[in-house]
Amino acid sequence: MAGLATQFGSGAMTNSIGDIAQSACLLNIGANTADAHPVIAYQMEQAVRRGAKLIVINPRRVGLVRHADLWLRPRAGTNVSLLMGLCRAILDNGWQDDAFIAERCENFDAMKQSLEQHDLDSVAKITGLKVSEITEAARMYALNAPAAISYAMGICEWSHGTDAVMAVGNLAMITGNIGKPGAGVNPLRGQNNVQGACDMGALPGIYVGYQSVADTAAHEKFAKAWGNTSGFTPGLTLTQMFDAAAEGKIKAMYIIGENPMLSDPNSTHIEKALRKLDFLVVQDIFRNETTAMAHVVLPGASFAEKDGTFTNTERRFQRVRKVIEPLSGCRPDWLITAQIAQRMGAAGFDYASPQDIMREINALAPGFAGITYERLETCGGLQWPCPSVEHPGTPVLHTHLFARGRGRFMPLEYRPPFEVPDKDYPFLLDTGRALFQYHTGTQTRRVAGLNKFMSEEKLQINPKDAAKLGIHEGDMLAISSRRGSVRARAALTDVTPVGTVYMTFHFRETPTNLLTSPGRDPVTHTPEFKACAVRVEKVL
Amino acid sequence: MNLEALRRSAEQEWQALNHPSRPQILIGQATCGEAAGAGAVRRSVLDTLARLGIAADVHSTGCLGTCYCEPLVDIIKPGAPRISYHSMTPEKVSSLLEDYLVKDNPCPDLALGVWGEARGGIPALLDHSMLKSQVRIALRNAGVIVPDNLLHYLARGGYKGLERALSMSPDAVIAEIEKSGLRGRGGAGFPTGAKWKLCRKSRSVPKYVICNADEGDPGAFMDRDLLESDPHAVLEGILVGAFAIGASHGVIYIRAEYPLAIRRLESAIADLHRHNLLGDNILGSGFDFNLSIVMGAGVFVCGEGTALTASIMGRRGMPRTRPPFSSEAGLWGKPTSINNVETWACVSAVMLNGAEWFASYGTEKSRGTKTFSLAGKVRRTGLIEVPMGMSLEQIIFGIGGGIPYDKKFKAVQTGGPAGGCIPAEKLHLPVDYEALKKAGSFMGSGGMIVLDEDNCIVETARYFLSFIVDESCGKCVPCRLGTRQLLDTLTCITRGSGTAADIDKVLGLGRSIIASSLCGLGQGAPQPCLTTIDYFRDEYDEHICDHICRAGECRALVAYAILKDRCGGCGICRRSCPSDAISGERGRAHVIDVDKCSKCGNCLEVCSVKFSAVARVPAGKG
Amino acid sequence: MADIVKIVIDGREIEACAGATVLEAALSAGIYIPNLCHHPDLEPYGGCRLCIVEIAGMRGLPTACTTRVTDGMTVKTYGGELDRVRRDTLQLIMANHPSDCLSCAKNQRCELQKVTAYLGVTERTMARTMPEQEVDDSNPFFTLDRNYCILCGRCTRTCAEIVGVGAIELMGRGDQTRVGVFGDKTLMESDCRSCGECMARCPVGALRPKVNVVPAYEVLTTCPYCAVGCSIYLGMRDGRLVSARGNKDGGANRGMLCVKGRFGATEFVQHPDRLTTPLIRGDNGQQPADWDSVLDLVAARFKSYAPDEVAVVPSSRTTNEDVYVAQKLARAALRTNNIDNCARL
Repeated sequence: MAGLATQFGSGAMTNSIGDIAQSACLLNIGANTADAHPVIAYQMEQAVRRGAKLIVINPRRVGLVRHADLWLRPRAGTNVSLLMGLCRAILDNGWQDDAFIAERCENFDAMKQSLEQHDLDSVAKITGLKVSEITEAARMYALNAPAAISYAMGICEWSHGTDAVMAVGNLAMITGNIGKPGAGVNPLRGQNNVQGACDMGALPGIYVGYQSVADTAAHEKFAKAWGNTSGFTPGLTLTQMFDAAAEGKIKAMYIIGENPMLSDPNSTHIEKALRKLDFLVVQDIFRNETTAMAHVVLPGASFAEKDGTFTNTERRFQRVRKVIEPLSGCRPDWLITAQIAQRMGAAGFDYASPQDIMREINALAPGFAGITYERLETCGGLQWPCPSVEHPGTPVLHTHLFARGRGRFMPLEYRPPFEVPDKDYPFLLDTGRALFQYHTGTQTRRVAGLNKFMSEEKLQINPKDAAKLGIHEGDMLAISSRRGSVRARAALTDVTPVGTVYMTFHFRETPTNLLTSPGRDPVTHTPEFKACAVRVEKVL
Repeated sequence: MNLEALRRSAEQEWQALNHPSRPQILIGQATCGEAAGAGAVRRSVLDTLARLGIAADVHSTGCLGTCYCEPLVDIIKPGAPRISYHSMTPEKVSSLLEDYLVKDNPCPDLALGVWGEARGGIPALLDHSMLKSQVRIALRNAGVIVPDNLLHYLARGGYKGLERALSMSPDAVIAEIEKSGLRGRGGAGFPTGAKWKLCRKSRSVPKYVICNADEGDPGAFMDRDLLESDPHAVLEGILVGAFAIGASHGVIYIRAEYPLAIRRLESAIADLHRHNLLGDNILGSGFDFNLSIVMGAGVFVCGEGTALTASIMGRRGMPRTRPPFSSEAGLWGKPTSINNVETWACVSAVMLNGAEWFASYGTEKSRGTKTFSLAGKVRRTGLIEVPMGMSLEQIIFGIGGGIPYDKKFKAVQTGGPAGGCIPAEKLHLPVDYEALKKAGSFMGSGGMIVLDEDNCIVETARYFLSFIVDESCGKCVPCRLGTRQLLDTLTCITRGSGTAADIDKVLGLGRSIIASSLCGLGQGAPQPCLTTIDYFRDEYDEHICDHICRAGECRALVAYAILKDRCGGCGICRRSCPSDAISGERGRAHVIDVDKCSKCGNCLEVCSVKFSAVARVPAGKG
Repeated sequence: MADIVKIVIDGREIEACAGATVLEAALSAGIYIPNLCHHPDLEPYGGCRLCIVEIAGMRGLPTACTTRVTDGMTVKTYGGELDRVRRDTLQLIMANHPSDCLSCAKNQRCELQKVTAYLGVTERTMARTMPEQEVDDSNPFFTLDRNYCILCGRCTRTCAEIVGVGAIELMGRGDQTRVGVFGDKTLMESDCRSCGECMARCPVGALRPKVNVVPAYEVLTTCPYCAVGCSIYLGMRDGRLVSARGNKDGGANRGMLCVKGRFGATEFVQHPDRLTTPLIRGDNGQQPADWDSVLDLVAARFKSYAPDEVAVVPSSRTTNEDVYVAQKLARAALRTNNIDNCARL
């Protein structure tokens, strides 16, 4: 997110899901869209049926590959090299959009210079791809306009995640694929309201509506509105919070609807941090590994028991409506939080309804000013920015100017992953989601039917690797990294390339994140979920 | 080797065959010949030659079309013309070789004919009654050349048509085909030139040509024989068409049940690549074209263009509604011309000999010739090619030699399962697209099945219907379910449980199926019932009202009885009865137990002419 | 803007978008033509043959669903031969369709019933020709009962055209044609992703949900799982959440859903495992407590820390309003910027 924000001025998906139908070329990288965003995958497949080209870049043979015109299977962790290689191939062949680069962007020469080290032979060597494949992908992307790039955590959750995102931004800008329907750079968000959580200011450096805490005017505005506010210095990021907790610097935490014990990397470290806390409040709808650590557990209400809005991956505010009253004893999360604040003596928390809260958001966040409940009643959602009640919303960002003015090209270099397989830990462990479960399973594991499809964690391993280790389908395995060890049964599949194994993090019985790496992106502190070195052994 | 040099060696090769220095033996080894035992005959030929110490060359040729008297063996002895011998067996051919090659006795009694003038008591082959009124254009080389030998094809003028086409503009080639009046030989008879024109006009690229070799009509084997006997005639036509349309790729869609035809095509295609007649820059003309073979799984409906296209694309072979036509959006959604095997073979002939020559055959609206596989109750079965406009009578009684055993002609079924049965009073009809359609049948790809008095007309209709019921793709309701209703109704009639209302039901539902089915398969499916009801209503009525099957084919309606006063008590019927239904003492009249009788008819067949004691009688009245 | 053409259907002049099919044009003008295999999301098929019409200047009885409108086209949708042929086609379908409508999952929502009622067919005139067919009960959420199947192909086309999975396909030929999966196995043994899009488009009771409760009312909301944000109707009946279906007007999903949205968004809500009381950790572990004392405790403890000693982690699963209040608590009440969500996880 920080990557795109640097380049474009906004980290959000530039275009809309509905735009997929207008794309002549779809480049899907580092995403398992068919499993993680099925309804977007449907729309991509439909576009392919109507003649759009599809390029899938993924070490794993993900579901979309069967519809792809071109599938590149690079070595894991080499996205920056490959993406820069694509830029290089485009420039070498003169496929770039010179007018767009000249009129809409800046810093092109620096980026171009950094491509010196990304000649296709080196890229081929790093990625394990053929030069011809890279050139063909570049040609297909550059010459079929409009072309849209979609990506997910497969390029972000690396210690070089920000670089990879910026490499995507570079690629889109040199081909002029920004600010047009059917084009764009589209990060596919993981959870239902990740976009909304960021929009609402659940970030250490910004207030609601991407207003910087360091900005004096914003500071004054919020101080005035709220009667009080925090300082000019951005706070700690999530990973830093746990580090600080482990060091005893953070003493109290209020965790709402999250289960970091299972979802965050390097669980042992998380557990240590949470144990060290003086006071942990966890608000959730089910007991989980994190509530178990809490001093106080607060029962929230599920999505079906409260009114509100979610903002989806394409910046679309949509209504969440109360279908049933909160279960007896449960309260909507906003109400619990507001009641705590009130009992702390804070003013301005006496909301009568979520609609009241939205009115405050409308008043304080110019980009959301036009997104009112009244309007959401009668339309299929509103995409921000939507600065006034007359504004129709914004399906495509950066149409005339980038949010920051000019799009900024970023020179980049390739860095290998934080942890690479070695003699002791010869496999690279990749992690992600599966279709039939969700996140830490608190909801889906309570749907009986879904568990018929997937009821336990399985380690996906290439049959060739399995043969070498004498592993058969269903064998119980111990998977160990430098940080811990878990057990799971073997699933032999060539979806996973040789040398890589794959697990989800849906099952508390197999807490995959005991294994994952402490590596982080230096800018965003996003953990390197997508690679850690592991050893796989058969348990006899 | 360039084409000119190749033609020179072709000429030499052809001379060497026809004016040899040592005996040349050609064995008709298309699938029909093989089925008749050509393989054993070939082994016998080789053994005999070895035994006699004769140095000779043995070749496999295709099918001359006289399938009724296969296997055929042609012998060209140095200094003598080619003589064809028929109905060979290992023994016969062995003695023939010895007689002819060693003792110089050409065995006129075994000969079908001599190539050229009659000689030594052997009539000229072309005077043979099956061949003399044929005009063989598509089949010009069938049974004449060695199909695997490109040089033979070249020696007979092969690929001159292509050379001519490449020297013309694509539009001029299309104009030539239009002028020839050639219409699609797959059945529907759409003008070939017009189809190409549409395809050429379409701006979308790439374009494709498809050779439809998914021959599936019961009793039809024209395409198979042609591909086995002369693959290059078809390939040359495809090349001409591809050039005219601007196609860069072609597909031959052929059923996997035709392994020999596939092998011959593969070998021919490899030869073409070797000699720059296929691939990039063909004959230096700048025309690039590649051809692949796609095997179908033997699904009848895949002979329909849109279903065939779907099948090539790896989808379920189901037709779709047109438009869009294949010429606009066919294979992979691109302009595609789909033509039948025989059409392609005619194209190469038109380009070789000119449009006027081709158009000089046939009738005004149906130019040229048409191949038919003549099958059923006819003396000389086989593959024939006649000018359009020849009457059914000339074909069946002239070329086919009429009905065997002096039985009475009943009807001829043309057009495959979607065609109709044409009765005796319409035998004067000329075979052309319009006349056959008017008679309730249609040209189809060229199946022609002759029925005699022993064929029950209801059973015949039922048979064709059961074929459709099995082969319907299942997509549209009338074809999938309607044909089943018709079949069940006809089955009732043949079992004697039909009612008077059944005929109206068949007529009404049949009309609905024709009106509402998606593709030609369904639209044609009721035709065999409707035409037979139209022409043979009395036979239907007999089944329904009198429970009589005059042909004796409907087992439920017949019984077998032994006439007491005639039976000599020889016991042969008793011994031949598979169900122990016949009893009787030797020398005494036997009786059939009707409850045990399975109505196989063996007793009737074996009862000696002397007694003629077994009779087929209506069931329940015996 | 699509071009508008004028056509005449049964004497009524209507406007239609160029490129629309005759059936689409008729239906959008409120003129019903019987149809079963047509579905607005799917490519024209022409399988059921019920929408046959007469069109001036065209041979035979073209199907309205596969014929595109042209300006000035004159269409007749009923009368004479058309009615007779259409009834025959319907009779063919009815002959093999069960007649237990009252106990059928699709009763009153069945499109075959609709066509039958429209054509006023009350009696079967043709004999059943099909044997009993196998029922595939393997999927936990829906049943494939081939006895009810009319082979309109909506499900198989949905699987190929909408979802791009191709798990189900028509198999066999002639009247042996059936909906099946590779190798004639069960749905659970196939590539089926259980999205239920096929079921949502089945016009009859052949693909039907296992929990088949007609909701008393539905509420439009947003799916709680991934970030696609599928707009979804949740159905309520007798105090329980009983159904989910996609909203056609949903900006992100246009009616489509995945397995979790369609079958997994309701069951957990009223699950007995839900936390329904606040808990406070004491000497004997976490014990239930009343809201007031818990809220007081939390407020008091929070107040006791310096701003840089506390951190708030709002959820990326809860609503914007929930998050907004949480970040306001952090900044305005706790006076800290130590607030982050898992956006980058």
